[in-house]
Amino acid sequence: MRLSEEERDILAGKLGPVPRLALEHQVKVGEFFGAEDFVAVSQAHVMADGESLGEAGVRWLEGLAAAKEGRRRVRIPTITDPRGTDFARAAFLGHTPAMLGLEERVIAALVKLGVMMTDTCINYQTVQPATLNEHVAFGDTGVVIYSNSACGARSNFEGGPSALAAGLTGRTPRYGFHLEGQRRATLAVRVDFAPKSLNEWGALGGAIGRLAGNYWAVPLVEGFGATPGSDALKHFGAAMASFGSVALFHMPEVTPEARRRADVAPDPLPQVGVTRADIEALQKSYRKDDAVDVVVFSAPQLSLLELAELAAQCDGRRFAIPLLAVTSPQVKPDADRMGYTGKIEAAGGTVLSGMCFYQSYAREIAEAKGWKRLATNSAKLVNILGGYGYVPMLASMEQCVEAARTGKLG
Amino acid sequence: MMELRARHAIGSAVTGEALVARDGFSARYDLDRGRGVFSRPTHKLAGQSYVGRILVLDTAKGGVASAWMLHEMASRRVVPLALVFNSVNPILVQGAAFGDITMLAGFDGDITALVPDGARLALDPSKRILVIVEK
Repeated sequence: MRLSEEERDILAGKLGPVPRLALEHQVKVGEFFGAEDFVAVSQAHVMADGESLGEAGVRWLEGLAAAKEGRRRVRIPTITDPRGTDFARAAFLGHTPAMLGLEERVIAALVKLGVMMTDTCINYQTVQPATLNEHVAFGDTGVVIYSNSACGARSNFEGGPSALAAGLTGRTPRYGFHLEGQRRATLAVRVDFAPKSLNEWGALGGAIGRLAGNYWAVPLVEGFGATPGSDALKHFGAAMASFGSVALFHMPEVTPEARRRADVAPDPLPQVGVTRADIEALQKSYRKDDAVDVVVFSAPQLSLLELAELAAQCDGRRFAIPLLAVTSPQVKPDADRMGYTGKIEAAGGTVLSGMCFYQSYAREIAEAKGWKRLATNSAKLVNILGGYGYVPMLASMEQCVEAARTGKLG
Repeated sequence: MMELRARHAIGSAVTGEALVARDGFSARYDLDRGRGVFSRPTHKLAGQSYVGRILVLDTAKGGVASAWMLHEMASRRVVPLALVFNSVNPILVQGAAFGDITMLAGFDGDITALVPDGARLALDPSKRILVIVEK
């Protein structure tokens, strides 16, 4: 890679061991992908929950945090993805002292590094969305695909160590979606219906993700005749990234880089179609049982508008099984203040903050609580939880709330 | 012996037994990392141990957690010996770099069809070469 004088100084250790380690890691990744140089980034978003890091990762973080004050802090605003627990509800979730201790050590180390503990996977709705052509280093695949597509920002998937490295150096290797040429559409997807609910947007994203198939595919999605809102694009993108590892999509006249189709698709593209029958088949493929042990709204964390809708549906009901609604620490106080938390919890539900279900020891929660059959309106969550031993089922918010009341998914 | 050239490579030279499937890979989605087996019921390698094997798969799938998880798995030595893909996403490359795991990606042809399951492989990332030593 072509390095600037400052980058050569960092690698020589002139700024201390922490930025040197970070840049060494970034050079390895950049060289793998043939990056010619680095690009400055304005924000970083770090995924770093205790379950993923384990003892080894926590010790590594603590090693960085042990560097001298003044030589260990991030150089750009660096924020965090959800934690591995909601400390206020840890006992309810069955999280053990060992899990909480690991999480506390992660937090202490990140704070020492100057990281802002935002604990959210919807920072584009709650902290600060990236802007058109802004180069960023975001973790959480849902954050990346939303920021690249709905905002027109430029980011690759940055795993925790790489996003933190970007925070510490203020740059990232220039490859993938930082390059103009990589952002053109590679596949045209014609959709012949308009999704009506968030689970349908998620199922559509999942179906397109499966068709696209890999990180370097850029679907151009057209034909559904609707202008999706932020929550719809959130579920759509998160599922596409989850099912297909896709990091960018375009929608003509919706996403900012595709004001016209030709802006992102100057040449003819391979064409595929997705029908309502396709997303119904995807949803049906997860329906293994009528009975439900737990209802979970999470992945991504719920916006204030989603919580408002959920609260309205919970109002006056009484649940037979647990219902969890997971949101960000930025949204939770508003939900409390506006009475949404009260309505959900009066029905027997639980509103959790600053975590995400699958990032919070989901396997151990299942064992501690005896939960196996799980209903959700998140296509991303159903895609993930099979590997954790759950039987996840995808349904609308309304159907999930009714399942919480009856214990059965109709 | 058959020699295949990769477009991208990272890590140290290794020799070991291939575990092959035309399916994706995510440490978060697909694995029981405690037991060292593929746990997603719909994965083509469901129930099989990945420990010490050279995984030959189609593509890397979602989940930024894999970057941390490969490092964590390596620390307990409950980890694949190496990863070989047709196409890769940045997360697994970042994880391989962080966890010091050998990885090759990008071949002329479908690597999951070219490498027989159970074959003995030698990977040399410095030369970007995968050698099928014995089928």
